[in-house]
Amino acid sequence: MRERIHNVWQLLVATLREIFDENAYSRFLAREGMASSRMAYAAFLREREAVVQRRPRCC
Amino acid sequence: MRSITSVLVWSCVAALGMFSVAAIAIHRGEQINAMWLVLAAVCSYAVGYRFYSKFIAAKVLALDPRRATPAERLENGRDFVPTNKWVVFGHHFAAIAGPGPLVGPVLAAQFGYLPGTIWILVGAVLGGCVQDFVILLFSIRRDGKSLSQMAKEEIGPLGGFVAFVAVISIIVILLGVVALVVVNALKDSPWGTFTIAMTIPIALFMGVYLRYWRPGKVLETSVLGFVLVMMAVVGGQWVARAPQMAHYFTLSAYWLAALIIVYGFAASVVPVWLLLAPRDYLSTFVKLGTIFILAVGIIAIRPTLHMPALTRFIDGTGPVFAGSVFPFAFITIACGAISGFHSLISSGTTPKLITRETETPMVGYGAMMAESFVAIMAMIAACTMQPGQYFAINSPAGIVGKAPEVAANTITSWGFPVLSSDMASLAKAVGEQTLYNRTGGAPAFAVGMAQIFAHSLGGETLMAIWYHFAIMFEALFILTILDAGSRVGRFMLQDALGHLWQPLGRTSWYPSIVATSGLIVGSWGYFLWQGVKDPLGGINSLWPLFGIANQLLAIVAFCVATTIIIKMNKARFTWITLAPLAWLVAVTFTASYHKIFNSNPRIGFLSHAQTLVRELNGTAPAPTAARTHELARLIFNDRLDAVVTAVLVFLVALTVADSAWQWFRVLSGGKAAETKEAPFVPTRLGASPELAHKAVS
Repeated sequence: MRERIHNVWQLLVATLREIFDENAYSRFLAREGMASSRMAYAAFLREREAVVQRRPRCC
Repeated sequence: MRSITSVLVWSCVAALGMFSVAAIAIHRGEQINAMWLVLAAVCSYAVGYRFYSKFIAAKVLALDPRRATPAERLENGRDFVPTNKWVVFGHHFAAIAGPGPLVGPVLAAQFGYLPGTIWILVGAVLGGCVQDFVILLFSIRRDGKSLSQMAKEEIGPLGGFVAFVAVISIIVILLGVVALVVVNALKDSPWGTFTIAMTIPIALFMGVYLRYWRPGKVLETSVLGFVLVMMAVVGGQWVARAPQMAHYFTLSAYWLAALIIVYGFAASVVPVWLLLAPRDYLSTFVKLGTIFILAVGIIAIRPTLHMPALTRFIDGTGPVFAGSVFPFAFITIACGAISGFHSLISSGTTPKLITRETETPMVGYGAMMAESFVAIMAMIAACTMQPGQYFAINSPAGIVGKAPEVAANTITSWGFPVLSSDMASLAKAVGEQTLYNRTGGAPAFAVGMAQIFAHSLGGETLMAIWYHFAIMFEALFILTILDAGSRVGRFMLQDALGHLWQPLGRTSWYPSIVATSGLIVGSWGYFLWQGVKDPLGGINSLWPLFGIANQLLAIVAFCVATTIIIKMNKARFTWITLAPLAWLVAVTFTASYHKIFNSNPRIGFLSHAQTLVRELNGTAPAPTAARTHELARLIFNDRLDAVVTAVLVFLVALTVADSAWQWFRVLSGGKAAETKEAPFVPTRLGASPELAHKAVS
């Protein structure tokens, strides 16, 4: 039961991290071989800008 | 043994659903509990998902778990990323859920709870969920292509062009209408205006915090932003009580509209990280949390519905918006039943994240069910209010009168008793000076939600906080959509104009950014201004226009889906998309005809314009110069709305005809049944434990 709750919690956190682009940032860091920093985040934001700007939000 | 248990369980679910729908449909003259709606919805969704989506998945689309999706084949760590299905579900739901399923059902509640509820359930299970599901799958099989690209490739250049025009139109009309909802919710409300104004510096602070202090800590920043927004909600009451402060935040509809237009333009041109992205995160955080606690609140309180199943206004004489239950209930509720806009999300980010084809029913069909349930909750929130109060809030002054006593008497004469003293008490309880004539649905939803919350958390003393929390929640949604929609519209426009003159297509060229932003913001700003000037409150003419545009986009999506199904040699199953397509054509074309040509000036744009022309040309007494100017503008607006509706319907009718011609040619053997699917590539995820783990982690 505890393991099940733990799994649900992990899934919830993973979902929130994906929705809030934290996973995308982690992937970016892994891909570029960088550690998290202002410069790295600025580079991530530049790369991400086109995606975020064109992402429609429904009514 | 297991199959017998399964048959018994599903028979019970189906029977319970049938009994619940019968309970809400048959009861007349007595109030019913909201749980009947919840039960009917949950059972309908369960049966629809278990049987209908499985049928479509197995028989029509033939989902293949061995086929590699673009997330796997084109994985680049940026757009194409194999992602856990629950995570994609949350991502997709966060993208499709907006203010639409909250506002539409509240407006449609003027017909009673029955028409809207039935439409939300049937429309979602047989239409909206199917659209989101099939478009998602078809986009996956085409490397994540957009609806416009699929329309161009599968139907022809006309289909692609119409999809483009429909998307731009719907964005412009949508932004104008939702901005009007915010204006009507915030006008003369210092508390609400202060709260929403504070979300701008809070979002800017979040942007700076995220970029310079805690890079990448989006969840932490969103929690911080939420705490600050809650402080603004609570602090708004002191602003409202302090005359010097309240003076600055008590704004007329005109001022609010002007400020929102300026904000929309500024938000469209400033860097994404500074305003758009943090506001999007904040809005999503508040949205997911509020929807969750609203569901818990409704289930915990199990409120009684005071609105009757059907009201006298099914005949088309409703004060909230004019028009009979058919077709207007079906265009008023779009998101929550069938929303064409969802096809843009289903062919946008989501198809690039799906790991296996077999996950598409859960994401496409399932997320739309969740959205539909939000619409059911909005319907419950509206119908738990006393009907007299509901109509007092949602009726424009042009229908019920400006003076509180006159409005209360008018509404009471309709058979929905309300006292002006009750409305004054309600306004005081929620911290407003008045709740009359607050058209647009948002304030009525906020009152309903506040009443539900006040019964479960904090009691009556927190009613004003809950009301302003709900207003903040809706306005935050809407301002986020204004930011994102203006940007998306600007990019689409730049892409198109780039074909005419290349520099205009450069998204980093500032003159192009300013010009195209101005064009998009100016267009929706025009509709907003038109709504503010409208003596009938604006919602009466603009919300149906938005509903028509949204459903016309759904028609384009169903045309694309039907064409692909026929080309897949599955013509015998085309009824799954043809049935909702035929229904939408009947609804939108009828509604468009009424909105353009109906002889009732409250419904038909042209007859309303004609009424104004008669006033303008009247003999005695001659209108003043100011009134003459106003009449000329109102006449122009009516004619413009008629032309916009006619052009949209004409273009979509051409697409339907073009699609039907393609179907005929393929079915008669005149054209090869060739689809533009990406070639089959077997998945490696099943074979490699490492990749399989990556896909779910």
